[in-house]
Amino acid sequence: MSNPKPLDPNKKLDIEDILENLEDYRPPRKGWVWRNVPEDGVDMGPFHYRDMAEPLKNSIGLPAAKYFDGIDPQPKCVVTTEIASGRFEDDIRRMRMAAWHGADHLMVIRHTGQSHIDGLMEGTPEGVGGVPITRKQIRASRKAIDMIEDEVGRPINFHSYVSGVAGPEVAVLFAEEGINGAHQDPQYNILYRNINVYRSFVDAAEAKLVMTSAGIFQIDGAHNANATAKAGWLVMPELLVQHGINCAYSMIAGMPKELIGLSTVPPNSPPAPKLWYDLPYAVALRDFFSEFKMRAQQNTRYIESSIEEAIRTHTIDTLISMLTSADIQSTITPDEGRNVPWHYNNIRGVQTVKQTWAGLDGINEMVGLKIDGPLGEMSRDIRERAVAFLEEIIEVGGYFAAVEKGFFVDSAKYPERHGDGIARDGQGGVAADSIVPRDPDYLAPVCAHFGHNHLPEGVEHACDLIGGCTLCKPEKIAYIDELDSEDNVANRLEKTYPYRKGNLIRPEVEWAGDGVVLLNLMIPENEAYSREAGLEIARRMGLKDPEVINLMVLHPSEGCFLEVKGRVDFDIDRNTLKIPEKVELLPEDEMREGVKQVGLKVVAGTVGEDEHSVGLREILDIKHGGIEKYGVKYTYLGTSVPVEKLIDAAIETGAHAILISTIISHNDVHRAQMRKLNELCIEKGIRDKVILIAGGTQVNSEMAAETGLDATFGRGTKGNQVVDAMIKALKARGML
Amino acid sequence: MNDDERIKKFEERHERLKNLSDAELKERFWELCNKVVTPIADLARTHTSPSIERSVLLRMGINSQLAFGVVDRINQAGLLGKGAGHVLLKLTEKFDYDVRAAANHIMEDKDVLNGLFDEVKA
Repeated sequence: MSNPKPLDPNKKLDIEDILENLEDYRPPRKGWVWRNVPEDGVDMGPFHYRDMAEPLKNSIGLPAAKYFDGIDPQPKCVVTTEIASGRFEDDIRRMRMAAWHGADHLMVIRHTGQSHIDGLMEGTPEGVGGVPITRKQIRASRKAIDMIEDEVGRPINFHSYVSGVAGPEVAVLFAEEGINGAHQDPQYNILYRNINVYRSFVDAAEAKLVMTSAGIFQIDGAHNANATAKAGWLVMPELLVQHGINCAYSMIAGMPKELIGLSTVPPNSPPAPKLWYDLPYAVALRDFFSEFKMRAQQNTRYIESSIEEAIRTHTIDTLISMLTSADIQSTITPDEGRNVPWHYNNIRGVQTVKQTWAGLDGINEMVGLKIDGPLGEMSRDIRERAVAFLEEIIEVGGYFAAVEKGFFVDSAKYPERHGDGIARDGQGGVAADSIVPRDPDYLAPVCAHFGHNHLPEGVEHACDLIGGCTLCKPEKIAYIDELDSEDNVANRLEKTYPYRKGNLIRPEVEWAGDGVVLLNLMIPENEAYSREAGLEIARRMGLKDPEVINLMVLHPSEGCFLEVKGRVDFDIDRNTLKIPEKVELLPEDEMREGVKQVGLKVVAGTVGEDEHSVGLREILDIKHGGIEKYGVKYTYLGTSVPVEKLIDAAIETGAHAILISTIISHNDVHRAQMRKLNELCIEKGIRDKVILIAGGTQVNSEMAAETGLDATFGRGTKGNQVVDAMIKALKARGML
Repeated sequence: MNDDERIKKFEERHERLKNLSDAELKERFWELCNKVVTPIADLARTHTSPSIERSVLLRMGINSQLAFGVVDRINQAGLLGKGAGHVLLKLTEKFDYDVRAAANHIMEDKDVLNGLFDEVKA
């Protein structure tokens, strides 16, 4: 089946439509895709980039992009974001947002405990800490991603996990459904999921070969050691060993090197001298594993509740990637330490990489690593220790014996031991004693099967015995829709319908209609009082279930910064909202040109008995991006200026426009002043020669018509809007 | 081996490794990695597991629910070492139906597995 109908950027994803005819949906392509990186670099706006891929068709750039022709340079590496809300129907909306910001590797975290489920899950049950990986769920997600990749104009890699006791089945599911990347590392099963060692490795060989058959890119699980060990930066020699074992085993199983990626994390974090540890490690890794791909992850070990701290650490992680190499740059949502990631924090994570990468573009042409010196020595030391570690594994009788003796995830620096390593008995763990020797006549009539397979004589292609397997004939795939009549997507969608397709609006961070909001507060109290005050403020503001999710002490007694999460339980009806008409501003160049051409001059002042001048100064001054910035010459007459005086000054100076500001609005005095300005100009016979503009906090754009002025502006107006209005008026009068 | 002995041994190793060039050290690393995984791969080549067999059935077009039950029954009958797909093929030959029918047959009547491979031998 080909791609469904194209998405319209101005319309939300239609989830019900995506779920339609899923049983017949087939992914249009399979296999991992790298970004398209032009060898000669990329030209964008006024710049030439050296480390960038081709730009997207549709995207949202960094906030500062508006100053640089709206360019949105895309790093040459694939950029990952991880999504784990537990409801795929909400995740796919987030995937679309992330893709627009530059993510092309969408990693779906699995439901907690799925590793221990012996067999595949089906249907669309809600997950905890991730999504239950089922055929329906990934097929729907893949279908949405297929639409999204067309929308942004770049292939997107969809990723999840081939781990747990059902690894081979999950691998087949992924191969069938067009999943592009997956974690697969039997050591992860053993060390972190306590799945039997023999079962894990026997299953892994099959899973790896199945993944290979569909071009699924593999990422290992070694980075978990430095997320688990007490001092992550000390386990570096072991990390090399874990990477090496999974790489070597993958190759034996038939996986080519280009599909094998190392999941590597710079293990340290400030206030530690991060680079001193992390750079030698990164260099050591890229020496031993030069033929493999690097998936550079960001550090999560020391992230707690501070978003900014996480982002700063991740910026350094990205710097390390650029100084060494990264084929995939993963991002960690900066809120991972405090909650299941929220929509916009995925975007923040992607922006960290995008911003760092653009900012450091070309770094390796100007800056080089100094290998002669401590960097080279420390890197060499890590590699030597890793080799010695492997020698000791062989010495004690091989991998299984080493695992039994607790060789791995010990928090001391090898060869020292703290004795806190994770030891696994070969006879123990989940699914112990579950592998079975293959008989001499063992037979499996399918493709991508690892190991002994006694095919009948004359049969070369195993699945010829059954007229083709699902990997060759996708129409044979058996689709299960739902197993649970309560816990399924249809029931959830019914509840969220008003927020997705109806007229109701409620804020959300994860799920449609979740109502979660975040308050930022500075409370001038000590920590204990700040915390309680923050909660009480949230309650009085009507927030349900308030919770302080971050507290930073500014000073022990002077105050704290707090982030308080809560929930609103009311809806906003879309129909009750009045959306101001949007004025399309002229391009900046056109405005400057127009100002120059007529030598635009204005007179300005606050009118009536009004001493408020801040707003007007902001419209005028170059410092605030006011009209002066565009070359407009102004004569400022001060505050409480009579309207007559402004008109006289305009005549005297030959001004093209009069700008008045009026804040006070009791008895409609602001309207009266505006009308008076118009009427007096008519009286003096200059109305057709001057443009009249008024502004103020109680003024709005509709008042121009009723008061006879050319334009009126309310709160938050910028100088460019005023210039835009003047140029347009001049053009309309044929004066420009 | 106690810790002191291990550390001493490490120091001996370290002395030896120090003399290797970067390229030799890398070569040694991969030689050892391969040495570690080779026997494990041999184990994988000669063994199977319920998950591997279920994954075979999925590839044969059997849905996950049915595959779970069928492999469980085959395992209980002591026939996992033949291969679950193999078992289904035997049934299709014997009863002249397709593999899905064979899978359903096993779920309806587990005795159908009794002596399945003996008969063939005879």
